[in-house]
Amino acid sequence: MTALLEVKGLKVQVEDNEILHGLDLTVNAGEVHAIMGPNGSGKSTLSHVIAGKPGYEVTGGEILFKGEDLLEMDPDERAAKGVFLAFQYPVEIPGVATMTFLRTALNAQRKARGESEYSTPDFLKKVREVAASLNIPQDMLKRGVNVGFSGGEKKRNEVLQMALFQPSLCILDEMDSGLDIDALRVAADGVNALRSKDRAMVVITHYQRLLNYIVPDVVHVMSKGRVVKSGGKELALELEKSGYAQFENKAA
Amino acid sequence: MNVALAKSPTGQPVGELFAAARGRLPGTGPVAELRQAAFDDFARRGLPHRRIEEWKYTDLRAQLREVAPLAPAPDQAALTRAAKAVKSLGIEGTQKLVLVDGVFAPQLSDVAALEAGVQVRALREILEDGSNQVRADLLRTTVASDAMISLNAALATDGVVIDVAAGVAPTKPVHIVHVATRSAQSAATRSLVKIEKGARVHLVESLVAAEGARTYQTHDSIVIWIGDDAELQHVRLMEDALDAANITTAIFTVGANAKLNTFNLTHGGALSRYQGFITLAGQGSELSTNGVNLLGAARHGDTTFVVDHAVPNCTSREVFRSVLDGRAHSVFQGRIIVRPDAQKTDGKMMTRALLLSDEAEADNKPELEIFADDVTCGHGATAGALDESLLFYLRARGLPEKEAQALLIAAFVGEAIESIADDNLRDFAVAAAERWLATRD
Repeated sequence: MTALLEVKGLKVQVEDNEILHGLDLTVNAGEVHAIMGPNGSGKSTLSHVIAGKPGYEVTGGEILFKGEDLLEMDPDERAAKGVFLAFQYPVEIPGVATMTFLRTALNAQRKARGESEYSTPDFLKKVREVAASLNIPQDMLKRGVNVGFSGGEKKRNEVLQMALFQPSLCILDEMDSGLDIDALRVAADGVNALRSKDRAMVVITHYQRLLNYIVPDVVHVMSKGRVVKSGGKELALELEKSGYAQFENKAA
Repeated sequence: MNVALAKSPTGQPVGELFAAARGRLPGTGPVAELRQAAFDDFARRGLPHRRIEEWKYTDLRAQLREVAPLAPAPDQAALTRAAKAVKSLGIEGTQKLVLVDGVFAPQLSDVAALEAGVQVRALREILEDGSNQVRADLLRTTVASDAMISLNAALATDGVVIDVAAGVAPTKPVHIVHVATRSAQSAATRSLVKIEKGARVHLVESLVAAEGARTYQTHDSIVIWIGDDAELQHVRLMEDALDAANITTAIFTVGANAKLNTFNLTHGGALSRYQGFITLAGQGSELSTNGVNLLGAARHGDTTFVVDHAVPNCTSREVFRSVLDGRAHSVFQGRIIVRPDAQKTDGKMMTRALLLSDEAEADNKPELEIFADDVTCGHGATAGALDESLLFYLRARGLPEKEAQALLIAAFVGEAIESIADDNLRDFAVAAAERWLATRD
């Protein structure tokens, strides 16, 4: 069976500075992977490169998504194929109503896949249902995308999009940053509701805390641009006790 | 040098322009004398050029070169083409007053269906009705003076004179539609709008070309009085042919406790200048003046506003945005004058330019002339490209590059359009902006 996501020997640099030095990662459908590591280990770079953010130069290796070369695709093609990056810092877009944005994005993805556009009543019904389950008030959907949203609201808006677009690969980049425990629980519940045998998740986090709420199947430790150790969920607990220092020494 | 000023660059004396037009210009006696004096003033000054401070960024001598001869009065074929252009605007539910090649066309207008309290006459009709100083004053401008204002006074063939009675609030917007049908010729109109005490009016102006009309020139003016306690919501949508030129002067006088909300959208014309002179003449009045220039290719759009706080306790807000592609050039000049007596004035001005190409240019000239000491005045300006991080966010959600750009451009423009308080008028402006967005490939 083809893996959902296969990263092989990935080397990435930003302005002549190599950040990923030959990274390998295989994620199968139905699995939840956590990627942990200290600041500067390359976790966010990996998520950006998978989503297609400009500014990164891939100098070696490949990324296959459902067996296809992801690096050959534009960011919007990747989204239409089922790649979703939940941003660490979701941007504010004044003047674009959240509802308009959601409908435009969903229909763009459906169009790219050759599917018909959602009818407006069906779409509104769907958005309202999902929003209610995430405690997102209706008036937030009328506001500009993320404009005036709290940190927690921004993250819930990311989960809302995930639930609407139904991607097959969700990458959650530091979803816990800036969230208090209650906000974290709501967002994590939303994510857990999306776990399915057809979907994989890659949860990027600095702290073990998030993994109490989103329990991973596999934990990877990244250090200095490589995956240096992989294991089960107990690896996260071990890290909580011993810290990242042991891996930093090992990678050096 | 004086000789050069009196001639067009091709060497044809500009006087011939007036001599050729004079026979069909309405008005005798004092009206004809005023036209002659105005034309003499234009001939003496010549087209404005970059050494005239107010026209520094819009050099008509270099860019317009000469004033085209006046278009003939519309014949049946021109009226038929104009009717089609009016229809293609897609604006329903307004009281339309149509001017074709500078001549009022009652047969295309809703003159029979005007609402109670709204009176409309053709300027030509009034000027031909008799001649006296009062009629000559209809062509006179006192708050500003330049060559183009004089040219308009000399050549104005027609216009609409609208009177809105005290206290009325017509439900439908009054809608002046300018249609050009002739190529390489010019039209000049002057319209006057008087809004009596306490009346509330919605006024829309549309400027469009009939199919096939090219490289024409428009030299218009509009004069608007807003009485005490009255309110005007005004939207001007300049959608002239992309190779046309349009020079328009708008003069507003705002009475006490009156409100003026005026919005201009320019997305037509190769060369345009919309110059507004607004006098806040009565205490407690509120002004909101906003505009958007949407320009591509090598087009040039100039919006120049002078806001004169003549009395105390008035507020003014000016917000102008431009979206520029190709080698387009947008100019915004905003002057706020606060007279010595105009204490407690609150005046603010903001301009923002969105540059979609490296070769586009936005010039911004704010001027504050404050002679009172207890006032709040300020101005600000920004210019920049589309935000890469926003573009990536939209693309990561599945929007192709062009769609992501279009959404962000629409949002940028939308923030200016939001200043239009009336839903109906706002929809007209949104539709006009969408027509521009659709022209981007």
